[in-house]
Amino acid sequence: MTRPPVDPTVELRGITKRFPGTLANDAVDLTVHRGEIHALMGENGAGKSTLMSILYGMERADAGSIRIDGREVTFGDPSAAMAAGLGMVHQSFKLFDSLTVAENVVYAAEPRRFGLLDRAAARRRVRELAEEHGLAVDPDARVGDLPVGLRQRVEILKLLHRGARTLILDEPTAVLTPAEADALFAVLKSLAAQGRTVILVTHKLREVLEGSDKVTVLRDGRVVARLVTADTSADEIAAAMTGRAVDLDRVHAPGTPGDAVLEVTSLTTDAVHDVGLTVHAGEIVGIAGVAGNGQSELVEALAGLRPVTAGQVTLKGRDITHVSATERRAQGLAYVPEDRHAVGTAPAASVADNLAMGHHRTSLSAKGLLPPATVRTHAGRLIERFGIKAATPEVPASALSGGNLQKLLIGRELAHEAPLLLVEQPTRGVDIGAIQNIHDQIVAYRDAGHAVLLVSAELSEIRGLADRVLVMYEGRVTATYTKDEADEQALGLAMAGGAVAPTEAVD
Amino acid sequence: MFFDSDLLMSALRALTPILLAALGGALCERAGVFNIGLEGMMLMGCFTSVATSWFTGSAWLGVLAAALAAAAYSLILAVGAVTLRGDAVVLGIAMNLLAVGLTSFLLRTVFGVQGTFDDPSLAGLPLVGGFTPLAYLAFVAVAVAALMLSRHVWGLRLRGVGEAPDAAATLGVSPAKYKYAAVLISGVLCGLAGAQLALGNVTLFSENMTAGRGWIAVVAVMLGRAAPVGVLLAALLFGLAEAAGFRLQGVGLPQQATDAAPYVVTLVALFLSTARRRRRTANSPSGATT
Repeated sequence: MTRPPVDPTVELRGITKRFPGTLANDAVDLTVHRGEIHALMGENGAGKSTLMSILYGMERADAGSIRIDGREVTFGDPSAAMAAGLGMVHQSFKLFDSLTVAENVVYAAEPRRFGLLDRAAARRRVRELAEEHGLAVDPDARVGDLPVGLRQRVEILKLLHRGARTLILDEPTAVLTPAEADALFAVLKSLAAQGRTVILVTHKLREVLEGSDKVTVLRDGRVVARLVTADTSADEIAAAMTGRAVDLDRVHAPGTPGDAVLEVTSLTTDAVHDVGLTVHAGEIVGIAGVAGNGQSELVEALAGLRPVTAGQVTLKGRDITHVSATERRAQGLAYVPEDRHAVGTAPAASVADNLAMGHHRTSLSAKGLLPPATVRTHAGRLIERFGIKAATPEVPASALSGGNLQKLLIGRELAHEAPLLLVEQPTRGVDIGAIQNIHDQIVAYRDAGHAVLLVSAELSEIRGLADRVLVMYEGRVTATYTKDEADEQALGLAMAGGAVAPTEAVD
Repeated sequence: MFFDSDLLMSALRALTPILLAALGGALCERAGVFNIGLEGMMLMGCFTSVATSWFTGSAWLGVLAAALAAAAYSLILAVGAVTLRGDAVVLGIAMNLLAVGLTSFLLRTVFGVQGTFDDPSLAGLPLVGGFTPLAYLAFVAVAVAALMLSRHVWGLRLRGVGEAPDAAATLGVSPAKYKYAAVLISGVLCGLAGAQLALGNVTLFSENMTAGRGWIAVVAVMLGRAAPVGVLLAALLFGLAEAAGFRLQGVGLPQQATDAAPYVVTLVALFLSTARRRRRTANSPSGATT
């Protein structure tokens, strides 16, 4: 469906921005019409964020012009952009956790009585906006207590309270359940139908296809495609983003499970309740779930980073329930944590040193010393094997892109050749190209006869890799599926707490 | 009787300087500036109030000058920590050390004495119902600060700035402005605290006469969770400890031991509150914060 041509609300012409060493935006044109949901797509580093920062007054363009509602503007800071009717929901929410919903919404645009904050009016305002736009949320709740889906509503309410006519959302569904994402898109569509404009910055193809009217694709700072959603396909967009044909949603062939490697019975920690599971050699077991339902805590307990209050964990038949993380690794466990910056790597240390971590106890150690030459060769080997793009092994890990840092982390852990690999969110925030590489590595590792426990919030990843799928909800395993049963709908429902029929109950 | 109205009176007198300084510290804390320079700011207030009172003959001009001088001194923290993004802890410690040296030096050059300047004709603050007007002001300041923080638009913005400066900035609120305001107000309050100490509790200036009261105020901020009423209760605890220490001297305990009372209470209070906080963090669910 194409809408009748209307005057563009947001018009960027020839936006160019150069950072030392890179051309982040190269003469980018972007036209967004009133009432349109316009997706801005591209891989990490394609220049989406830079472009939006320029539009929102957080960065200054080296060249180019911006027109809002036909008038040429220059924004020195975000408040100027807000005054012109723009509003942005950042990927990491900009909220005050200790304040209430109402306080967050009216912050810096408060209703007052005698200089004092008029709480009643603030509450009323939130209720009105919430009702009008289908964004129900308790005005008196503390934002820190809310789940992410509701926090996002608070962000949107904040913009609506300020009268934003164009909403920019940066990766809005990264942290949402499928159901929450659907609800979000329903809201966005109704906002668009009211004549507001939505710019959606994302790299998720499915929601772009379902939720947007038009798509602009950036690659290497340049616009490489302008598409009408109704006339395009996921493959076409992905090809534009990566510059080559990619096979999306590849489902890998199942493995051939051998002996049990990891056996967990009735495991209980502060956030995990009575979880039992088994992972066999040559098998990938996937744990699906919305962030915050105990998956991280489960993996931390298995890795020896979180005390276990009840239950038992055995690795290759040996009880490791209460042994230290070091001892677990010695027994044959490798671990790719969720947070690659804070936990998985030491960003200030060099790539070579990061690759050596953990291996310093085993292959690299020579009578308690670490010969620099050994560390260098080890790093060189892994860099080549896993295709890590680093200027030299001596640069700090923080200089790597997200995808390359993740390759470093996964490569380092795979190189242990441990019988059990725990891997959390292996491709979060990683480009499509790197995702394929990482998936191939994990499958190859399984095929070499290792056991893999994979935690991911990404359904396509779980479905593509896992031989069996467990769903965690509120700290419990609420559903189990075989590879064939694990379709998107069943998983999505179970992740939202609606699981009623695990495998055993079906037949 | 050990606990009587005299003890309470002397506790309230001991409390005033700590309360004023801690209130300033609490505002800074809320604005996201960790202010451990309270001791130094207070000491600057002590000296300025005594010197001004001596040369003008007016204790009230002394109070005013103390507030201004300590506010000016607090600019070191504001400029250093907010504008230049330096480490507030390092700056605070430097300010405390500098204040000791600077006031001792000025004592020697201005009054030509060492250790203590003490003169019967030095004008002190008048007493109203047993307390200086500054003591009453301290309690009014608690109420005003509590109201401003919880109900006023300014307080809402200040709390927001302290918690998530980025979020405040995206909404067009300048974190730097609010941080400067909080630090300068803490300077004024510490100046008043110093004047209360040097022209109210006693009428003299001696080197390092704050004797750790600014540090106790820092602890009061932590114990009271940077809430005005919480800070008041914490300050009351320390005031009682100091008063009880005096009283214990009368019982025959050595002065060195009784002088230590407020500091022992500080240590115990810090230890208990940290233990409690650690237990709470250990129990809170993690992982949901991304």
